[in-house]
Amino acid sequence: MIKVGVLGLQGAVREHVLSVEACGAEAVVIKRKEQLDEVDGLILPGGESTTMRRLIDKYDFMDSLKEFAQSGKPMFGTCAGLILLANHIIGYDEPHIGVMDVQVERNSFGRQRESFEADLDIAGVAGDFAAVFIRAPHIVEAGENVEVLAKHNGRIVAAREGRFLGCSFHPELTDDHRLTGYFIEMIKESKQVTI
Amino acid sequence: MKTGTDRVKRGMAEMQKGGVIMDVVNAEQAKIAEEAGAVAVMALERVPSDIRAAGGVARMADPRIVEEVMGAVSIPVMAKARIGHIVEARLLEAMGADYIDESEVLTPADEEYHLNKRDYTVPFVCGCRDLGEAARRIGEGASMLRTKGEPGTGNIVEAVRHIRKVNAQVRKVVGMNEDELMTEAKLLGAPYELLLEIKSLGRLPVVNFAAGGVATPADAALMMELGADGVFVGSGIFKSENPAKFARAIVEATTHYQDYKLIAELSKELGTPMKGIEISSLAPEARMQERGW
Repeated sequence: MIKVGVLGLQGAVREHVLSVEACGAEAVVIKRKEQLDEVDGLILPGGESTTMRRLIDKYDFMDSLKEFAQSGKPMFGTCAGLILLANHIIGYDEPHIGVMDVQVERNSFGRQRESFEADLDIAGVAGDFAAVFIRAPHIVEAGENVEVLAKHNGRIVAAREGRFLGCSFHPELTDDHRLTGYFIEMIKESKQVTI
Repeated sequence: MKTGTDRVKRGMAEMQKGGVIMDVVNAEQAKIAEEAGAVAVMALERVPSDIRAAGGVARMADPRIVEEVMGAVSIPVMAKARIGHIVEARLLEAMGADYIDESEVLTPADEEYHLNKRDYTVPFVCGCRDLGEAARRIGEGASMLRTKGEPGTGNIVEAVRHIRKVNAQVRKVVGMNEDELMTEAKLLGAPYELLLEIKSLGRLPVVNFAAGGVATPADAALMMELGADGVFVGSGIFKSENPAKFARAIVEATTHYQDYKLIAELSKELGTPMKGIEISSLAPEARMQERGW
């Protein structure tokens, strides 16, 4: 069975676990870096990116996460998780994990009162995906190898670059598991390549 | 495109899970909190222990403090409004506060009615001591709960009482037959539909944090152990001897609440925590948890 890790330092961990399980895969909450060896792919959940970064640094998680990214195993970042994956964050000198060729802007839709729900057309996933945006970032610029999967009002809100998948919104907050299912398909493909 | 939906408001609290929300009174403290890994800050004029010491009427903070804190950090900023004070809540919403705490720490403006929180785009957090209170607040539109505890005392005993009570009552509702729920709703003073929802979900429909008396990393971990989704720390950080160190230690203890070796390690030589108050020494009228209905 496919094993999907969910980085469990802070944020909407339980919702991702339920979504992975609903897709018929096994979910593992990752609190220590050694656990990364057990899983075939990793979800970086929504939460507060500054808090996650601080906890990542505290326990020397960063090198392990970078190694994981280099190992060929897929990673999926939602909201704060997308910020962790991006190789450029507007207003910051350094990225976090920095493996996906996108430039992101934090809280780019405004404060909480501007948070919203909208229906999205996500290429290869769904034409009617109810997406929940909470103090969300968006992708300002995507590199040439990045496939834009969805836009909202002209802004890129979901994209894929090879084995990296990122979105501005929170698929884990609804009962629609199609985007999680798409990520699990990415993991299956990556396993076939390695075999 | 819709703003202010239940999913958006409750979802915001879901993103705070496993984190620590810290009371701050200025930009400098807000930066210390953010640097330590707080998931949000609560902008206040005074921390609860100072409100207690000052006496008199405690009101919403000077909007300038809220503005200053919003300008200083990129994490969400919460602010407190008095129970039932429609205008304080509306103006905090207008200023762009990310969450409003309709809080018993401030002197209530209405001794009969809480705010109709469904009316607002901004989400609300409210205190509770039992499932009846929790359910009434959700019924009014609260998107997040917290235990009341006894604010500004540095004494965890009341927060422990409240989280145990709420969780025991949730377990009872989940285990009940559906035909018993209406009577339970009547006894608790809780909306019936909400009890049905709790029974089908097997838990509360919103996040429930611990608050009111958390003073040490071990206190924070204890509340997580008892089933809190995260922790508010009021006076416990900036009334301690070394706020930055306390703040970092409480954040780590909350994340790794079952890693006892780690909590022992990070509790070493932290300096003096805030001075606490024994609850039985508080006059009944000084108990903030009795506010709210």
